Amino acid sequence: MEPLQRITSRTVVLPRTDIDTDQIIPARFLRTTSREGLGKQLFADWRYLADGTPNPDFELNQPAAAACKVLVGGRNFGCGSSREHAPWALLDFGIQAVISSEFADIFRSNALGNGLVPVIVDETTLQWLIANPGVEVTVDLDSSSLLLPGGKAVSFPITPFARFCLMQGVDQLGYLLMKDADITAYENKHA
Amino acid sequence: RLARARGHVGPARRHRLKGMPMTAAKTLFQKVWERHEVVPETAETPAVLFIDLHLIHEVTTPQAFTVLRERGLKVRRPDLTLGTMDHSTPTRTEQVFGGMPISIASAANQVRQLEVNCTEFGVELMTLQSDKRGIVHVIGPELGATQPGKTIVCGDSHTSTHGAFGALAFGIGTTEVGHVLATQCILQTKARTLAINVTGRLQPGVTAKDLVLAIIGKIGVGGGTGHVIEFRGAAISALNMEERMTVCNMSIEAGARAGMVAPDAVTFEYLKGRPRAPQGAAWDAAIADWRTLVSDPGAVFDREVTLDASTVEPMITWGTHPGMVAAVTGNVPATSTDPVFARALTYMGFDAGQKLAGSPVNVVFIGSCTNSRITDLRAAAAVLKGRHVAEGVQMLIVPGSQQIKKQAEAEGLDRIFLDAGAEWRESGCSMCLGMNGDTVGKGQYSLSTSNRNFEGRQGVGARTLLASPLTAAASAVRGVITDPRDLM
Ligand code: SF4
Repeated sequence: MEPLQRITSRTVVLPRTDIDTDQIIPARFLRTTSREGLGKQLFADWRYLADGTPNPDFELNQPAAAACKVLVGGRNFGCGSSREHAPWALLDFGIQAVISSEFADIFRSNALGNGLVPVIVDETTLQWLIANPGVEVTVDLDSSSLLLPGGKAVSFPITPFARFCLMQGVDQLGYLLMKDADITAYENKHA
Repeated sequence: RLARARGHVGPARRHRLKGMPMTAAKTLFQKVWERHEVVPETAETPAVLFIDLHLIHEVTTPQAFTVLRERGLKVRRPDLTLGTMDHSTPTRTEQVFGGMPISIASAANQVRQLEVNCTEFGVELMTLQSDKRGIVHVIGPELGATQPGKTIVCGDSHTSTHGAFGALAFGIGTTEVGHVLATQCILQTKARTLAINVTGRLQPGVTAKDLVLAIIGKIGVGGGTGHVIEFRGAAISALNMEERMTVCNMSIEAGARAGMVAPDAVTFEYLKGRPRAPQGAAWDAAIADWRTLVSDPGAVFDREVTLDASTVEPMITWGTHPGMVAAVTGNVPATSTDPVFARALTYMGFDAGQKLAGSPVNVVFIGSCTNSRITDLRAAAAVLKGRHVAEGVQMLIVPGSQQIKKQAEAEGLDRIFLDAGAEWRESGCSMCLGMNGDTVGKGQYSLSTSNRNFEGRQGVGARTLLASPLTAAASAVRGVITDPRDLM
């Protein structure tokens, strides 16, 4: 994982609540044994028409969306299936942070494990962002805050450990492997 | 507030009177959590939690094994790891047993890859033709591998099912699958607790599925986020293990990290004699230990919700998430504060306020880790016996495991299903998520005993209506959404 300090980008907004991981990447694309290249299938059933051409009405198909690194979605983003293909697809598409007022637990930890930042804001801020798509924002990990146009900063909750891992590019498997002695002691005690 | 505070003091005081050391009353979740702390949580770092059972399947593990290979790591505890194949596997007998190739090449590749990975890393695998294969959340309990007090994870959100035994069981992502394979541990911050007290008793014709749908309707699809639910109360105690599994299975549809039921005599009776349950003296010791796995009187939950089971009716979803649910005898709401209400109605082809009963169904699916166990099949058979699936309706019945299939056939249920005009398949996830090609067509109404009615879940443009096996069977017979009590 690359160390991450701040992300500055215009937002692309999906003004919908309860966006589940079946929408983020439908099940038929999970028959892969790799984590690469899933961006093509991100939001496939919303993004493409039945004949496979892009749906001109879908937010991610607007020309400005291609350069966006920050996605704004309604409450309870990432609910449903535990498929990590969801953050893989978002990252592969170029999204580095998702802003919502609530994330499903498994999606949130999957996102953090891959360097995709889940930014939790209050409902008022979220509604403002939904009403103003395309504004430039900065996700600043150092101060755990979202910087809005005009200089307003909204802090977002993130555990010190998750923040540390994102900022240092620490891989959690490496951290766990360092606990080997503790794990062995536990196993011996409970054998 | 004061009354609640007093309630907490009570039990502690009783302990003191008896001269016992004063220990804080703990919830079931806290007890199981504390038993598995390898390194406790601190303000700066999450806990390192030991995992007793890691279930793996073909869809969410290949990339984790790739990481192990890249780093030269082994599976730390193959003895605590168990593999099955279920999500992308065929349900047609000729493709499972008849030497016909799996029709979808990418699915065949996943199956092969899991075999390679399990062989290379020494993990036990229920292969495609194994008579112990089945849906991961069905075979864990069936084998007796799922036990009270265990921590159980799987790269699958419905791992919450195993909480029915008083285990702490939750779904994880593929990166975490890699963590558990390599270290048998996972990094976790402690969830909050939510007690769902279910009083009263379910009425005839009303099932555990209806109960859990009613609960999700009440607390919402994000109502359990950040929480571990403990289902408790007289109505929960009265459920058998398969029913408790149905309830815990759908905890995730309320957003909960896990769902749990305290183990009791019903749990022990279910587990006794199962191949991987403790035997002999170890069994007695296990029971003595498991009996302590209950929330202490006076244990404090972060939140509590109460529901009266006797008021629950057969339920059915009408929208595009499981919280969009109503009584089968009821209507689609006329209005809703749900921001996706209008979109959901358009997708489902329903009008606001329309009556649900009598609305046509095209496909009926009985299966999935929610409702594919033997009691579910018996319930469906009781309705289908001597009746026939309505003309133009496709009915697919997919047992949760090969063991269940065998049991159902021994009881003659397969004959009832086939005589009724239903299809009877080999076990797997099948039409629950349509990865294996068992899909519902665009715009078709699928009355399904599975757990998710998201847009496109059962196929592109498919319209899913979630309900119980009884409602599914009754609706298959009539060809329209039907209150099962009309046929009982
Ligand atoms: S039956 Fe459905 S919900 Fe259950 S594990 Fe399979 S795909 Fe997931």
